[in-house]
Amino acid sequence: MSRLLQRIGERPAAFLAPAAIVLAVVTFFPIVYVLWLSLTHYSLIGDAPTFAGIENFARLFADRRFWNALGNTLYFTVVSVALEVAVGLGFALLLARPFVGRAPMRAVVLLPWAIPTVVAARMWEWMYNGDFGVINYLLGTETNWLGDPVWAMHAAIVMDVWKETPFVALLLLAGRLSIAPELYQAARLDGAGAWRSFRHITWPLLKPLLLIVLIFRTIGAFRVFDAIYVLTGGGPANTTETLSIYAYKVLFQALEFGYGSAIAVAVFFCVAIITAVYVQLLKEAQR
Amino acid sequence: MGVANTDADGDEAMRKTGSDPEFRAVRKTGSDPEFRVGTYLGVVLVAAYCLAPLAWQLVTSLRPPAELTTLPPLLPTRVTLEHYAAVFTGHPFPRMLLNSFIVAAGATVIALAFGSAAAFALTKMRARGYGVLLAIVLATSMLPPIATVSPLYLLINALGLRDTLAALILTYSGFTLPLAIWVLTSFLRQLPDELYSAARVDGCTPRQALVRVILPLAAPGLAATGLLVFIFAWNEFLYALTFTATERSRTVPVGIALFPGLHEVPWGEIAAASLLVTVPVFVLVLLYQRRIVEGLTAGAVKG
Amino acid sequence: MAAIEFDGVGKRFGAVTVLDGLRLTIAEGEFFTFVGPSGCGKSTTLSLIAGLERPTSGRVLFDGEPVDHLAPRDRDVAMVFQSYALYPHMSVAENIGFPLKLRGAKPPEIRTAVAEVARRLGIEALLERRPRELSGGQRQRVALGRALVRRPRVFLLDEPLSNLDARLRLEMRAELKRLHAEYRITTVYVTHDQEEAMALSDRVAVLNAGRVEQCGPPLELYHRPANLFVAGFVGSPPINVLDARYVPDLALPEGTSVDDVVVGVRPVDVRVTATSSEPRALAAEVLLAEPTGDEVWVVGRLDGQQIIGRAASDAVPIPGSTARFELARERLHLFDRQSGRRVA
Repeated sequence: MSRLLQRIGERPAAFLAPAAIVLAVVTFFPIVYVLWLSLTHYSLIGDAPTFAGIENFARLFADRRFWNALGNTLYFTVVSVALEVAVGLGFALLLARPFVGRAPMRAVVLLPWAIPTVVAARMWEWMYNGDFGVINYLLGTETNWLGDPVWAMHAAIVMDVWKETPFVALLLLAGRLSIAPELYQAARLDGAGAWRSFRHITWPLLKPLLLIVLIFRTIGAFRVFDAIYVLTGGGPANTTETLSIYAYKVLFQALEFGYGSAIAVAVFFCVAIITAVYVQLLKEAQR
Repeated sequence: MGVANTDADGDEAMRKTGSDPEFRAVRKTGSDPEFRVGTYLGVVLVAAYCLAPLAWQLVTSLRPPAELTTLPPLLPTRVTLEHYAAVFTGHPFPRMLLNSFIVAAGATVIALAFGSAAAFALTKMRARGYGVLLAIVLATSMLPPIATVSPLYLLINALGLRDTLAALILTYSGFTLPLAIWVLTSFLRQLPDELYSAARVDGCTPRQALVRVILPLAAPGLAATGLLVFIFAWNEFLYALTFTATERSRTVPVGIALFPGLHEVPWGEIAAASLLVTVPVFVLVLLYQRRIVEGLTAGAVKG
Repeated sequence: MAAIEFDGVGKRFGAVTVLDGLRLTIAEGEFFTFVGPSGCGKSTTLSLIAGLERPTSGRVLFDGEPVDHLAPRDRDVAMVFQSYALYPHMSVAENIGFPLKLRGAKPPEIRTAVAEVARRLGIEALLERRPRELSGGQRQRVALGRALVRRPRVFLLDEPLSNLDARLRLEMRAELKRLHAEYRITTVYVTHDQEEAMALSDRVAVLNAGRVEQCGPPLELYHRPANLFVAGFVGSPPINVLDARYVPDLALPEGTSVDDVVVGVRPVDVRVTATSSEPRALAAEVLLAEPTGDEVWVVGRLDGQQIIGRAASDAVPIPGSTARFELARERLHLFDRQSGRRVA
């Protein structure tokens, strides 16, 4: 019998099983469960869940707060990702130049990415402080950044860009460094300047990697939660309430697990669409 | 297409010449003084961008309470460590640091153990399922955490694991496994298949071959993966917020976010706590920046 | 020591059939070689013996017992891989001692066994080094040491000499022959070099596209090739294949005509002279002459067919001239034109 167990233990399946089981419990099962939950009326402080069909989704479509959250999320995503990529690309090209101290620089650049988002958020929260914040001091203004309906979202965007740009920069840097130097040398011999080199060598060769980075950052920005939770909690007046924040409030403040799950499913759905679009673009870029 | 594999060449070049190989990958225009000045200026700019907010937080943490609310001056007149002391005495902060450490270490161990076994099966044992793995990795990286927080919350509650470290360890392992398997597969693929065959002929069971031959040779990949998993687990917020209720299992990000303040927000202490939390991460990043970047780019650049 | 039997063994990878209906027996203590062009399936035979692959059909037996259900570790075989497959993170001594360690031998025993094998192979000085510090020849000896240290039942070698330079290859060939004579382990060897196969083996099997063309002692393959493929594969320079019509007074077997057969004659059996007294000698234009020490190989062209013969080094015909190619009558092979099979 133990011989049989030994034999089973040597099969590939035995090596895949532990990971498969954990994934099943933490990923697959919840996906199925949340889909089911989104089809129920389920209040944690009420009775047992009752089936509700697509009522939650109907409610979703009519829910102005949902559309507000979606709009906020899209705005946040588009602006922050655009900035991250632009600044990240600039950093990458800069850091691709030869200089002494590459290793410490790598560590420095990794820091914003490596610290917890909530820590970064509190840090910026303090900098944004209307009365004692250093930003107001340096700019000579007296704005209550995080309390102003116009500025709050942008303050959050700036913080997120600060935190995520290094990640983008490092990835693009790796891609840039893997381009054979001979290509640039040949271009120089042909009389190409910096801009021409960039346009004809760097840009086309980086495009596939850029798309991958875009996918990851777009999805990441769309799911934003930690930063907003700490900085503004979704305010003021829901101007920074993103989809994840709204879903969280419905789930854990209103304790409506059915409707909250529906919102979460909507988020998942949006992310899936975004990914599909990008994958399509990626395929075309590789052709 | 002209794209070379810098990592392998880089290490080779590094061994031979002792200098940073990425230097060599870029055209040498270092003789042009304007260029050099511009470069170093730019580098300082990037460094300032990354470090300025952290520097300000450091200044804040050392500022006497009275001077917290006065600007100018930018720099405090004297330095004080009372905020740091307050963090340790007045709050369950040390407990939370310990919790974070246990959770991160636990998740790392599980992700590495299960992940390397799975990667091993996929690359050396020729288990079928590589396409499935790819799909899973993509799907889980797409999955917004908010989507699975409700069902997992119900599950954790049902299992009686609310407010335990085990809940977080399990959840984080699950989230990081696809990435771990992905990174480890790309590292294991580089090892020659004949090594595994030789090990089996010499008398290894697959498990012995994995432990005695394959894993020692995959050490860089394990390090890179472990670092990424640890940092993820250390920084995670949403699930820690949802699954924990008391300092019994609260981790550091939750502690920082919910830092208590009776009337005023204790900015000095928050700053001190933030920096304390940043220290282990900073140390890891400083020591292992090369490995971390290797892990990050293993998926993106090569994949 | 074990006798190995292939009983109708077939191996398929997906849609590709690598081995087909293999049926042969390797005797205990024999030095047996699989030889053939790339892709003929010879390395796969080793994988099947070692247990790294399972046959798609048929069985493999050791001493009459089927072994297909046994993992490699339970078959007591040792293998030297083409790339040597030394463990980079272990020292030479650890590499060689690894199989013993896995079997639970005590460190003192391991040390003695490793020292003895190292001495036998002349690598005692290298025991503390890492594989990456060694030359190709040294690595190969370490691989041999790792295989021999536990006195396996079966010893498998997959093109072990192909990565070595010519002189080293000859040295190691002699070493392998010596080792086999001393240890007398059943050895299965794989190579694409027919000369190596001939020099080392007790018996050789010529494989072509997964089938055995012929199996027997080297000289039998040389003197009595079973078909055109074997005749052309074994022997260097390769055998001449001539249209039967060019060979006058051919002794044909019953029932065959000149159109049914082709004639094979080895260059060593063809004498080339500027003029010849032999009336049946063929006249051909000399294309080039390759001197190799005592002998000179002369390549000639006869009506579009190429013929290679041997000339004395002091009477080398000039390229462009016509020379006489004299075939040794008693050394002719006849093959069926259609099937390639030997007729006489």
